[in-house]
Amino acid sequence: MSQPIAFTLHVNGKDYAVRAPARRSLADALRDDCHLTGTHLGCEHGVCGACTVLLDGKPVRSCLMFAVQAQGKEVRTVEGLAQGDKLHPLQQAFWEHHGLQCGFCTPGFLMLAAGVLEAEPDMSDEELKHVLSSNLCRCTGYQNILKAVRAAAAAMKQRPK
Amino acid sequence: MSWIGRSLRRFEDRALLLGRGRYTADSANGAAAVRFARSPVPRGRIRAIAKPDGAMIFTAADLADVKPIRPLLHRPDYVPIAQPPLARERVNYVGEAFAVVVADDAATAEDVAESVEAEIDAEEAVVDLDAALAPGAPKVHDAGASNVIVEGRLHTQGVDAAFQRAAQVVEVDIRSRRQSAMPLEPRGGHAAWDEASGRVTLTCSVQMPHMLRTGLADALGMPEAELRVIAPDVGGGFGQKMQLFPEYVVLVWLARRLHRPVAWLEDRHENFLAAAHARDQHYIVRAAFDAEARLLAVDADIRCNVGAYSCYPTTCGVEPLMALAELPGPYDFREYAVVARGVATNTCMMAPYRGVSRPVLTFTLERLMDTAAKRFGIDPVEIRRRNLIRKFPYTSASGLVYDEGSYLQTLEAAATAIDLPAFRREQARLRGEGRYVGVGFSSFSERSGYGSRAFAARKMDIVPGYESVELAMDPSGYVVARIGASPHGQGLRTTLAQIIADGLGVSPERIRIVHGDTDQTPYGWGTFASRSLVLSGGACKLAAEALARRIAAVAGSLLEASASDIELADGQARVKGTDKAIDIARIARIAYQQSNRIEGGPGLRESATYDPDGTFSNACHAAIVEVDIATGGVKVRRFVVAEDAGLLINPMIVDGQVHGGVVQGIANALFEEIKYDEQGNLLTTSLADYLPPTLAEVPEIEILHFETFSTASVTKAKGVGEGGAIGAPAALVNAIVDALSPFGIEFYEMPVTPPRIRQKLREVNA
Amino acid sequence: MKPADFEYHAPKSLDEALALLAAHRDDGKLLAGGQSLVPVMNFRLARPAHLIDLNGIAELDYLREEKGVLRIGALTRHAAFHRPALAGPTGELLRQVVQHIAHYPIRMRGTFVGSIAHADPASEWCVVVRLLEAEIVARSQRGERRLKAADYFHGTFATALEIDEVLTEVRLPVLDRSWRVGFYEFSRRAGDFALAMTAVALKRAGQKISEARIAIGGVEDRPSRVAAAEALLVQGRSPADAAGAVASAVRPMEDIHADAAYRKDLVRATTERALAQALA
Repeated sequence: MSQPIAFTLHVNGKDYAVRAPARRSLADALRDDCHLTGTHLGCEHGVCGACTVLLDGKPVRSCLMFAVQAQGKEVRTVEGLAQGDKLHPLQQAFWEHHGLQCGFCTPGFLMLAAGVLEAEPDMSDEELKHVLSSNLCRCTGYQNILKAVRAAAAAMKQRPK
Repeated sequence: MSWIGRSLRRFEDRALLLGRGRYTADSANGAAAVRFARSPVPRGRIRAIAKPDGAMIFTAADLADVKPIRPLLHRPDYVPIAQPPLARERVNYVGEAFAVVVADDAATAEDVAESVEAEIDAEEAVVDLDAALAPGAPKVHDAGASNVIVEGRLHTQGVDAAFQRAAQVVEVDIRSRRQSAMPLEPRGGHAAWDEASGRVTLTCSVQMPHMLRTGLADALGMPEAELRVIAPDVGGGFGQKMQLFPEYVVLVWLARRLHRPVAWLEDRHENFLAAAHARDQHYIVRAAFDAEARLLAVDADIRCNVGAYSCYPTTCGVEPLMALAELPGPYDFREYAVVARGVATNTCMMAPYRGVSRPVLTFTLERLMDTAAKRFGIDPVEIRRRNLIRKFPYTSASGLVYDEGSYLQTLEAAATAIDLPAFRREQARLRGEGRYVGVGFSSFSERSGYGSRAFAARKMDIVPGYESVELAMDPSGYVVARIGASPHGQGLRTTLAQIIADGLGVSPERIRIVHGDTDQTPYGWGTFASRSLVLSGGACKLAAEALARRIAAVAGSLLEASASDIELADGQARVKGTDKAIDIARIARIAYQQSNRIEGGPGLRESATYDPDGTFSNACHAAIVEVDIATGGVKVRRFVVAEDAGLLINPMIVDGQVHGGVVQGIANALFEEIKYDEQGNLLTTSLADYLPPTLAEVPEIEILHFETFSTASVTKAKGVGEGGAIGAPAALVNAIVDALSPFGIEFYEMPVTPPRIRQKLREVNA
Repeated sequence: MKPADFEYHAPKSLDEALALLAAHRDDGKLLAGGQSLVPVMNFRLARPAHLIDLNGIAELDYLREEKGVLRIGALTRHAAFHRPALAGPTGELLRQVVQHIAHYPIRMRGTFVGSIAHADPASEWCVVVRLLEAEIVARSQRGERRLKAADYFHGTFATALEIDEVLTEVRLPVLDRSWRVGFYEFSRRAGDFALAMTAVALKRAGQKISEARIAIGGVEDRPSRVAAAEALLVQGRSPADAAGAVASAVRPMEDIHADAAYRKDLVRATTERALAQALA
């Protein structure tokens, strides 16, 4: 058995001391070591996207990274989207447009959309749909997810930087 | 102001959006990890199980006192099958658990579990549905004379005569291939024994917490009072999480045995292998039509692969017997002969999946209609027009009573929305360019919101059906409603609040719905079968009306008016036509803390139970597809749903259910198939093999609403959760056939995949 | 689905990585993007005892054009090609192809060079590497080897790489503007593995095609060029004929998604369409 590694994860602006074997995924470390359970495991082989978080601003599948690989990087999870009590425009839009039913895929979609829209706010609708096809949802049939993300994209363009 | 019919945003959402949802795995931290060692062979006798040194591992021998899961139907043609919590003498499918490992964490448990080796004398397995029916096929279980473990028959008097006088007899041979409900959150639970009370609390991702509790207590021989089952936030179910699975029996057993918290969190691979599958079915159907293309009779041979065990509580009869009862669908004909059989094989057990057999029987009828339409040279819309039920109530040839519906209107609405004549012109133009588009229709009714009499008719030993609510207004005027349904995405915390708020004249924000915890809710049946809004909603409406009467009575005595002159609105109880009013919150305070001032005792609480016979919603789906004949690829260009679910409590939520159902229907028609090889090994073990669609595969779904208020549902709402999944596959395959009609190609199976399309095109040299 | 245990190494230099790889040649694996390796480890189909993480080796992180060659360092992510990496048909081809590689988040981590090392028969970059006749640079403690694309792919997940070698760079010869490129892929869903794909590059000389390259992937256990079809185009025959020649020439793989007959149909279609693009 390998020895556990001690390292720090920097998540949503906070430092978390982690002591875990190298094989612990970033997803599991976020959930079990940082107690941030908003990031979900749907497949553990990089297809469903429920585990999507932002790594230095880029959406990545946290089930496909080992936690130790994220040291020295900035991780953002769904718990870091809202500003205190104020919902992020994406969260607000998902609420307004019924973009979630069971909610299990939702954090993954939120982080995917947040990362993409922050990096490319003028992304075309076609490109946006292409990006949103990265994640699976079993409940909503995607209709309202698309509506919500479109609405949020427009709102995010409006808001002061 | 009424709260009914308003698209209120959901109360559920805030926590979920903030990442504060509490799914089963989210509260498992600190529990020991449980992992099952599963059979690598589909059938065989277990000779020995080698336990690695130092591992905590249990086998069937350790669980000798635990009763097997043995669901019952009280019918002579049902062979009860017992499913042990861990395989005892033999394994019956690849993935069947034969040992359980407990370790400190999931990774270690997995290390240990994979080193547990069973010596199994492999035996010849039977995998394919029709092969299991063939004489001489290996028998999966000792019980029963063959692999047929449930059978139903019906034969109306005039069937033979109808076929004699038929102008046309149309035959279709329908094949539906195995599906997985594949909820995004796999199964899982954690169980903890509490030393102070001696009770075990099981938190698990399930749709039927009360039923699970009773079933677990039975299996473990413990008083039910010592067990608490909590369904927290659940990441999708679609029927797969209705069952009492052996894994939960083992989990609770471990908690009681070890006196430490234990967690089993299924992974995706395990979910494909061992959760439950659905719809591996074969229907051979003959239909007699008169000269006007009116259906006279249907003769059906329905075969359903039920897998290696019988699902609890609905039993393996759920697919075949539902198909038997509901195959007549929305069409008006009197003569019906049917044999429906559930056939055991050495594969994963089957269980209800959104729609159960209805997607397949709808597929059957709708392909039959289109095939007959061609035979008669009439339009597919016209043949349906001639055959849809028009007069209600209607008793089907199988004895089901359909309440008022809009079958014809939804067909016409879908056809109008498509603008068939314009489409046909476009279709012809595109054919000239070597492009192939097609349109397909699917009309169906959806049985929903049915209570205990319907389940009893199936002769189930466990008879679900009713739903209860316990409503209580607290001294601050806020209401708690404790329900037996168990939502997992359906938005009941919002819609039921709307119903109750409407009845009490208060804002829905004042209503809190409590569900999922057996300690906090009345006995109920959970959420499945398009039932929750009708049944829990009905109970909520009745209870709210009773509570409103009570509040009005108290208000009347406080305001010196007759209770019948009191109206409740905007949080107040007002004497009609005057400005004499009192806040409902004030009434509540008085009811609890100054009860001497009122009659009828202290407090404001009412309960109600609702147990109706059921109501049928209906819809017509229309799909436009384009088939790329070079690759066999299918693009869904347009999808229209004309639906009637009675009075819509929250239209936005109804639309969401339709969207989700339709996409699962698209999946069923075009993408998803669970495959076993001939030896019984599961081939589709990941999301790279099993293909749920992404946003890219799905068009914008257009929904047209009709509202035929149900007289069979006290809220006037009908159930709609399964409809999308029921109708969509037929519309899509009909559309593919229409697109390929220049080639004369027909499809009677699903999914219709690109290789299958290319195969048929190659056969006609295209 | 947690992976089996392993020792984790995070070298900071290429030399350190090579030493580790030499030391653990029999039971070590290199980790770059991880988007192919980690799923396989999670399924426990691969159980390296040692994982050598290349992500901290700054000297491997480059993407630059030099004297008609696009030099792609081992840590260049797929996403680097979302916008054209250089002007001209090569940049355009890479930009077009990259949209088919899995999904956006995968492309944030996965690497071009990693795809070449992994050699999945359905890898888009492997087809591009064959099309452009790339040079593949392998380093070990024993030195450097330059491998030709035509000799590099040996089969499913099998290449000319030795077990102590790291792919540090892929060198793509840049096509000049006399070339036209096309790419077409068929997969079941957006982002799925290609069931067949064709990449083409055609050099125009007036109305004629003076040089034709047709590379296919997803069909056989390795990407390949189809000389017979290429010759037909140079002879002035139609894209349909060339596509037919490709379909005749291939010996396709079979799996649960597609049998040989279907893959033949597909590669005929993907070839015709890639050619149509290039000729448009």
